[in-house]
Amino acid sequence: MNQMKNFTKGFIRENPILVLILGTCPTLATTSSGINGLGMGLATTFVLIGSNVVISMISNLIPSKVRIPAYVVVIATFVTIVDLLMQAYTPALYDQLGIFIPLIVVNCIVLGRAEAFANKNSVLSSFFDGFGMGLGFAMALLILGTIREVLGNGSILGHKFIEGDGILVFILAPGAFIALGFLIAIVNRIKAKMN
Amino acid sequence: MGVWGLKIKNMAQKESNFTNMVLTLMVISLVSASALAFINKVTKEPIAKSVMAKKVEAIKQVVPEFNNDPIAEMQTIELADGKLEIYPAKKDGKLVGTAVKTFTDKGFSGHIELMIGLDTAKSIVNISVLQQKETPGLGTKMAEPLFKNQFNGKNPSSFKLKVKKDGGDVDAITAATISSRAFCDAIQKVYDNIQEGGKK
Repeated sequence: MNQMKNFTKGFIRENPILVLILGTCPTLATTSSGINGLGMGLATTFVLIGSNVVISMISNLIPSKVRIPAYVVVIATFVTIVDLLMQAYTPALYDQLGIFIPLIVVNCIVLGRAEAFANKNSVLSSFFDGFGMGLGFAMALLILGTIREVLGNGSILGHKFIEGDGILVFILAPGAFIALGFLIAIVNRIKAKMN
Repeated sequence: MGVWGLKIKNMAQKESNFTNMVLTLMVISLVSASALAFINKVTKEPIAKSVMAKKVEAIKQVVPEFNNDPIAEMQTIELADGKLEIYPAKKDGKLVGTAVKTFTDKGFSGHIELMIGLDTAKSIVNISVLQQKETPGLGTKMAEPLFKNQFNGKNPSSFKLKVKKDGGDVDAITAATISSRAFCDAIQKVYDNIQEGGKK
């Protein structure tokens, strides 16, 4: 029951992007299409699970004054692993996301979960926390990417449904802010209703 | 809890003294370095393969059918700001075309790399965009047939490699004149520096 809560809180209640508003840099940069958003979300999920599990395991062994550098090394290791694996096995996705993957290291969601959750909870809880937060992040990125792709490019997951262009601004950075703003407003509304 | 009880719960938080901090960071760095060394070893070959496959695919798209190994016969020309890679495409030992990997730094967002295929008369067969980070929806259209196919079959002796705004023959992409200019610049580099089938 408790683990279920750890897992599901990332979707709406504590969604990293839509509620905590963490990690907006990769969010805005990679959501020019649904697939890109999903790819970035899943890569981050993998890093989150890995870093959460390892950090919760070793948190008592790390002197608290050097915990941040220690966490960053752990996170950077997982990011580099994802980077290499994607280069090797999903070269097409890597072409699209390559320059953003190393940025997962400085994504505040990952370090935020390590600091706020993993270092004081059990390994199993941290695993579900990372998994849920990661999926919540991926879901938000997929929705945002799909909205921007539909409006800006006239396609869904790469399948074009209109001739020519859409509303270009949605593919560009200002459109990312506009779309994210509306999404946050909708989620706030849902949250208010839930209470 | 089984294996999940792995967390070293009973131990008190380690004290933050000098030896502890140095040792901890050293051990963590060591472990992560060995993990990365291992992953690097495993992925090295697939990464090299996929980079190679991408190159061969790009060459295939821009020159007539060939049956040699253009990558093995590659030549390079060093320029002041980068290098051109020349891949001769041969069929049964006879030169049928040349693929040239060229570049420009004049794009709207900097570096652009193109693979340009020339036939034996130095006319453009086809062009493929290898790398660009132009504005999505504007400059990125350089990779679409509507823009890049206008060069196919053209030769700079009769086709001026400049956008119409600058007095040339190239139809620029709407709202992306700088990207279009950069595209022409990359092609011009090829003609400035190579001869049929190799270096000047």
